[in-house]
Amino acid sequence: MITPPVIAIDHVSHFFGKGRLRKQVLFEICIDIHPGEVVIMSGPSGSGKTTLLTLIGALRSTQVGSLQVLGQQLKDARTSDLEQVRRYIGYIFQAHNLLHSLTARQNVQMSLDLHREISPAVAYQRSVDILTEVGLAEWVNYYPHELSGGQKQRVAIARALVSRPKIVLADEPTASLDKQSGRDVVELMQRLAKQQGCTILMVTHDTRVLDVADRLIHMEDGRLSSLDPDSLVAYSP
Amino acid sequence: MLLAIPLAWLQLAREKVRLFVALAGIGFAVILMMMQLGFQEALFTAAVNFHVNLNTDIVLINPQSTTLFAIKNFSRRRLYQAAGVAGVESVTPLYLDFGLWRNPDNRSTRQLMVIGFEPSQKVFTLPGVEEHLEDIKRPDVVLFDQNSRPEYGSIAQKFKAGQTVTTEVSGRRITVGGLFQLGASFSADGNLITSDLNLIRMLPNRTLGLIDIGLIKIKTGTDVNAVIQTLKQTLPDDVLVLSKQGFVRFERNYWETSTTIGFIFTLGTLMGFIVGMVIVYQILYTDVSDHLAEYATLKAMGYKSRFLYSVVLQEAFILAVLGFIPGFALCLGLYKLVRDGTALPMFMTLDRIITVFFLTLIMCVVSGVIAMRRVQAADPADIF
Repeated sequence: MITPPVIAIDHVSHFFGKGRLRKQVLFEICIDIHPGEVVIMSGPSGSGKTTLLTLIGALRSTQVGSLQVLGQQLKDARTSDLEQVRRYIGYIFQAHNLLHSLTARQNVQMSLDLHREISPAVAYQRSVDILTEVGLAEWVNYYPHELSGGQKQRVAIARALVSRPKIVLADEPTASLDKQSGRDVVELMQRLAKQQGCTILMVTHDTRVLDVADRLIHMEDGRLSSLDPDSLVAYSP
Repeated sequence: MLLAIPLAWLQLAREKVRLFVALAGIGFAVILMMMQLGFQEALFTAAVNFHVNLNTDIVLINPQSTTLFAIKNFSRRRLYQAAGVAGVESVTPLYLDFGLWRNPDNRSTRQLMVIGFEPSQKVFTLPGVEEHLEDIKRPDVVLFDQNSRPEYGSIAQKFKAGQTVTTEVSGRRITVGGLFQLGASFSADGNLITSDLNLIRMLPNRTLGLIDIGLIKIKTGTDVNAVIQTLKQTLPDDVLVLSKQGFVRFERNYWETSTTIGFIFTLGTLMGFIVGMVIVYQILYTDVSDHLAEYATLKAMGYKSRFLYSVVLQEAFILAVLGFIPGFALCLGLYKLVRDGTALPMFMTLDRIITVFFLTLIMCVVSGVIAMRRVQAADPADIF
């Protein structure tokens, strides 16, 4: 590999709780993820998938091992460095987590307002453009409670991608959607990510969408194993 | 087209009912503070209305006097002594005492202040006094303060209707010869003006030789302070020499420091402040709690805690400004109501507007700062 990995994880372990209640949830995770890869992580609930995602997303401090995201070492990083890294990552949550008091466009624009170099006028235009891209051109000025579940998730995707992040982290983005909207949302993510050349790490139980992945990884009891994508697709109903 | 997103305002405006409740609460606190401060100032102003309207440059009083209604008399000779000092134009003795007024409507009695002076002198600049000086030269004719409390009877209405009003003061039959305006104060609920001779007729234990206040007019172009200095050197220690402003300050100082009024109204203002603070805190705390997941999302996107703190502070600031306006507007109406209802000189001053606005601002910002701690609970790791 000539290009360095965007995410380099080396022997990362993680613990919850303190003292006698201390419980290890991640065991010596090692994985490199390269630019432009779409990686899907599966595994039963409680296996530590989300914990790993929050570590990569700089939402938690790394306790043991080395975790580099976009060249920034997150182990022992300062809060301001963590906040800086977050700005280059797009997050898509299971619940859309949109701001209720803002319209679809304003929600998307919040993500651009973080970048000082983008003027408000440009931010406005880019927000409208990406909402058009995800098929919500007519819904730009609607509030989240006026949108359907699939539409909200598409706004969330637009918000995650509008600032052209290097990495998109998605935690079960299709969980609350029906089959067709789930499929649409994932394909949309894949298409936009490929356009922008960004890396996607997605946690999902949804076997119907596994085919968009370049690589499948499996988490079980805090330990990671690689799977061959082709073999899994064969099992999917 | 609004380009930058005013998040604080949008979040407040989203919850219309909550915003309304918050503004009502802050408006209420503003009214409480405004009314307490207004009452305090009105009472102090009323207490010195008498002093302010004296037509004099220098005042002599007994040093044992503490306030108008506990005034001690002193010898008239001191005033005549003062008349000999260079720069003094004229001197006038003023007699103050309390008499029992019989309400002509229902025969009940009530104490009022009787002010007596030689009717040839223009002692007061109060409206109504100068026009009626001729009347009080007649025996047992008095001027009645039409701003006295209503318990004295419907004197003003009867007099204006052309009726002759006669009643008793401390057992002596008198006739109302005119009306003037002074107003009720701490010292007295009602006031009478009459001649010095009529006063000792009503109150036989008084003599003209013992006066309560000595009024001194100086020659035009003379320095008041120089005359005061000379008077202090000339006169013995049994009289106190004060400028007119000094006399006003003397009275006001008594009410501010020697009574509980200042304390009571300061406490009232403080209560308004605290009530407002609790309301704003509740509103902001609920608001932050409701938006906790959203704030955590913003943190995950890379927003710093500082940004969220500033949103809460902006909300506090918006609430302060928006709550102040209706509270202030209502106060103007309430002030008028108090003026009409109690004859207290309750007026809005720029000073008070500024003071209360800043109190409101501090109130909201302090609540905002306390509510901010809630923002720390927004943990971006929890929202995945």
